[in-house]
Amino acid sequence: MNTNGTNGNNGNNGDIRIGFYICHCGHNIAALVDCPAVAQYADKLPGVVVSRDYKYMCSDPGQELIQQDIREHKLNRVVVASCSPLLHEHTFRDAVAAGGLNPFFFQMVNIREHDSWVHTDPAEATAKAKSLAHAAIRRVRFHKALEMTRVPIHPDVLVVGGGITGIHAAITLANAGKKVFLVEREPSIGGHMAKFDKTFPTLDCAACILTPKMSAVRSHPNITLWTYSEVVKVEGYVGNYVVTVKRKPRYVNEELCVGCQECIKACIFKEPKFPDEFNVGLSKRKPVYIPFPQAVPQVVVIDPERCIQVKTGKCKKTCLEACADRQAIDFTQKEQRVEIKVGNIIMATGFKLFDAKRIPQYGYGLYPNVVTSLELERLVTSSGPTGGEIILRDGRHPKSVGFILCVGSRDMKTNRWCSRTCCMHSMKLAQLVREHTHADVTVFYLDIRAPGKGCEEFYDKSLKEGIQFVRGRVAEVTDWALAREEEGKLVIRVEDTLAGFVRRIPVDMIVLAVGMEPQADAQEVRRMFNMSCGTEGWFLEKHPKLAPVSTFTDGVFIAGCCQGPKDIPDSIAQAGAAAAEALALIDKGYIEQEPNTAFIVEEDCSGCKSCVPLCPFTAITFDATKQKAQINAALCKGCGTCVAACPSGSIKQNLFDDEEIFSEIEGVLAHA
Amino acid sequence: MPKPKIAFYWCASCGGCEEAVVDLAEDILGVVEAVDIVLWPVAMDFKKKDVEAMPDKSIVATLFNGAIRTSEQEEMAHLLRRKSQVLIAYGACAQMGGIPSLANQFSRDQLLRFVYEQAPTMADEPKSRPQTSFQNNGHALTLPQFRNVVRSLDQVVEVDYCIPGCPPTPKITKAAVGAVLEGKLPPKGSVLAPDIALCDQCPRKGSKPADLSFTQFKRPHMVKLDPELCFLAQDVVCMGPATRGGCESVCTRGNMPCSGCFGPTSRVRDQGAKMLSSLCANVAAKEEKDITQTLSGIPDPVGTFYRYSLASSLLRRKVDLPIDAKKSS
Amino acid sequence: MRDTHWQPRIVAFFCNWCTYTAADLAGVSRLKYAPNVRVIRLMCSGRVDPQFVLDALARGADGVLIGGCHPGDCHYVDGNYKTLRRFQLLKRLLADMGVEQVRLRLEWISASEGERVKSVINEMVEQVRALGPLNLPGRFADWDREMTELEANIRTGEEQSARKEPEAAHA
Repeated sequence: MNTNGTNGNNGNNGDIRIGFYICHCGHNIAALVDCPAVAQYADKLPGVVVSRDYKYMCSDPGQELIQQDIREHKLNRVVVASCSPLLHEHTFRDAVAAGGLNPFFFQMVNIREHDSWVHTDPAEATAKAKSLAHAAIRRVRFHKALEMTRVPIHPDVLVVGGGITGIHAAITLANAGKKVFLVEREPSIGGHMAKFDKTFPTLDCAACILTPKMSAVRSHPNITLWTYSEVVKVEGYVGNYVVTVKRKPRYVNEELCVGCQECIKACIFKEPKFPDEFNVGLSKRKPVYIPFPQAVPQVVVIDPERCIQVKTGKCKKTCLEACADRQAIDFTQKEQRVEIKVGNIIMATGFKLFDAKRIPQYGYGLYPNVVTSLELERLVTSSGPTGGEIILRDGRHPKSVGFILCVGSRDMKTNRWCSRTCCMHSMKLAQLVREHTHADVTVFYLDIRAPGKGCEEFYDKSLKEGIQFVRGRVAEVTDWALAREEEGKLVIRVEDTLAGFVRRIPVDMIVLAVGMEPQADAQEVRRMFNMSCGTEGWFLEKHPKLAPVSTFTDGVFIAGCCQGPKDIPDSIAQAGAAAAEALALIDKGYIEQEPNTAFIVEEDCSGCKSCVPLCPFTAITFDATKQKAQINAALCKGCGTCVAACPSGSIKQNLFDDEEIFSEIEGVLAHA
Repeated sequence: MPKPKIAFYWCASCGGCEEAVVDLAEDILGVVEAVDIVLWPVAMDFKKKDVEAMPDKSIVATLFNGAIRTSEQEEMAHLLRRKSQVLIAYGACAQMGGIPSLANQFSRDQLLRFVYEQAPTMADEPKSRPQTSFQNNGHALTLPQFRNVVRSLDQVVEVDYCIPGCPPTPKITKAAVGAVLEGKLPPKGSVLAPDIALCDQCPRKGSKPADLSFTQFKRPHMVKLDPELCFLAQDVVCMGPATRGGCESVCTRGNMPCSGCFGPTSRVRDQGAKMLSSLCANVAAKEEKDITQTLSGIPDPVGTFYRYSLASSLLRRKVDLPIDAKKSS
Repeated sequence: MRDTHWQPRIVAFFCNWCTYTAADLAGVSRLKYAPNVRVIRLMCSGRVDPQFVLDALARGADGVLIGGCHPGDCHYVDGNYKTLRRFQLLKRLLADMGVEQVRLRLEWISASEGERVKSVINEMVEQVRALGPLNLPGRFADWDREMTELEANIRTGEEQSARKEPEAAHA
């Protein structure tokens, strides 16, 4: 350890007494940067009272050195030149605080990630270190004493989305004793998983593993389940959200309906006439319906667009008569808006499937026997529209089926990402098709992705079951027969890249493995919850590796496919992770935020309102009485955009104020 | 008891600041009564040698208007600095360079060539240029040197206060002169006007929406200006948010947007950059080409944002212009 | 007059969440790039006040680099859009003020793009090197030289007190 002098003369710049420390970081910095020279250089700068270089500043002795100097030399500012602040700013702030000085009188200089690790010439690296040190030494004089702000956390949680992810998160939190609001916009929870027959790779029955969880949600005393409801407004900030939920009218009283479905039998529509959403349009339903037999809540719903009574007021209302003793049907029901207070929000809004019509050459919507994977899923399910029989539109059983993978995935023209589950999903369906129909099955793929436990074995099993795999992106599906065997069939034209030539393969039925996409209203939703979306449109996680379920908005978490395509095990894992993050905040009781917030100097503000629309967190409002703008420090995230924009310089920012930044600019340019 | 001595001087200016003093109207009689004016070239016959003959610091206050463009103006600035206790930069030109400092976008050669050769009103021959010295029958006739750079007063000598405006209003002038005479001045270096932006006092403030978002910009001549609605709400650039108040909003009340003559508040280093920052932040477009389209409604950013302040801006002058060392052309 | 020892000096404003993190990643990956850049850390590229850019240039920077998150990915939702708009008009302003376009650069660099930090910095340093120094402090000093001779004359004039003549021609 070198002591480069405690030059008392430099204390004559007012009261500022700066301690400067440069870390060798073993050889990481010292191998290239001449640390003693930098310390000597810093020693001569105005305000510097102590200037040292040391091997490992972040170690205990290094931190103690700072604390000792604070006491002995009455330091009121500390600058450490070492690694990145993203790594150790927190460490050194704590060390400074332990020495009795406000931790925000500290500034860090990055001379490792930004200097010694990225340059090769010692003279240049040292000059750069001096220059950056100079900047920090100038800047730190303008630092002020600040406190981390503490925000209390309301213990209730909102879970948005009632698919498997939302269900698991809600149950986990409810089991931990927290009150959960689970809001789902469809009339029943269950999400996409409720439509599946069997799940890969174990081929368990989806309904068998899902319905117990759906039941648990229904009966858990800590869960308030609101289906057929949507969030319409979110106000507040972490720990203190006020959420407005719109409860759409079912025209059926949930408390009274027992799900006997007599009203459906009695409906004036003798035959079902309208496309059934649950069966993806493959069957029909009446205006009064229950989404599927295991729906939770087990309550019918009346479709306001199709019900004659709701639309015209002129109907015999046979449904009312059928429910005479329970009187659960209520045509006077109106939309309700309810406000709830929660501390944390978990988004589990899932995905939507790619619209296969966007790739017209695959013939979806044109040829009736081209179906999507989800449509086939419904055909295969024993409780589905065909009772589990895989049949063509004309009722025949297919003798040959082709699966086209990567429809709307890994595609420069539509969606560039891999939807992660379709290879496994398609192989599962392929096996089920073989099992149900013994048809010839060919899978047309780009790559087979089978990560996860049991999945590679599942792929092997598919091969052993005689499913053919052809590698190539299908060019088109056509019904133009060029040969006898193609007549009456759909022909798949594809370049078989392993064989090396273009093939025409006739099949009876084609299944498109449509990819996953963000929900259609993802952008609106993310704005409502103050989140970002990535460039692909999925909700953006705070860090792709280290924080996959957190967002940049404290108190809002994401889980499941709304964060990106994934399968059921991963969705459940993320649901648990999000619940754990929320529990960590709730149980601690408060959250600490870095005080780099902006604030308006009231006497300077002219009330020009230029700043008010700039804040994406709505932290800036205009006070009509005072005729001045004001910033809510709890909402302010500290980006500083308003500070840069204020045309009269009337907004200041803690830690990143104009004076501080101008002094850094001056400092980096002061040394050649 | 001798009356306090006051001086007025003008440099590269339009004469408007002199008018502003005259605009004190009846109040000027009060001023004239209270002080001894020892220099006022536009109105009185005192000469430079009279000022030179005075003891240093014998003038209580000099109100110095106009930018500094010639060597003579520099000389007078130094002279009056020596002879005055308080030197006040009067008006936008002295404070920031003013409109004359827009000449900092051109080289001296470009300017002189235009004025003395290329201008449509110039005869073809002879092509002449002013000289700093000329011999005529044994007499040396001299002219001041025309500088390469237009400067504000404080770029030449130390200035004690600024009275802003183009020109300053009678009210501000009277208040400042009164403060000087009573000795009730704020700390040295202050601008003698409220340190808050014009929007605070503008009668159109109430009509400005709190969710302004620009999809286009129009210049004043392109729009029939609504006499009551905030100009920014009419897509017209108004420098009000970036300009000090204290002018009683004469321009906005006259149905013209503020052009920034009172200069920035004390918290801003470069008025033009701040206004640019604010306007751009409030542009609606997100795609690059849409942003370009919106911003094309501001065809001359230098003239718009630095109309009065170019000399005192951070860049001061178009940086690639030459410095011509020759005496004149 | 070109100083053969001159090295370009570029002041960079990097946003904490994307570009600064990417620069850290470049360090962790031990990528090597030109040492001519000095990074000033800000929370968001939206904090970059055009005054900072002009001040850096006026104090001797040969170039200014602004780094932020890709549009749509801003940690603070849309701070980078404000930067983009300011940058466009600032570019036009600088062009009108005779500053070469290459000296101000805006780059979107996400937290995982360490390589881009290296390539952008290397490219910009070479482009600025080819242009030569901007050296505004030097230029300001050159511009102000026309005054200093007068000041010298005036000082002599003060010493001699009475004498005053219109100043003679000077070089």
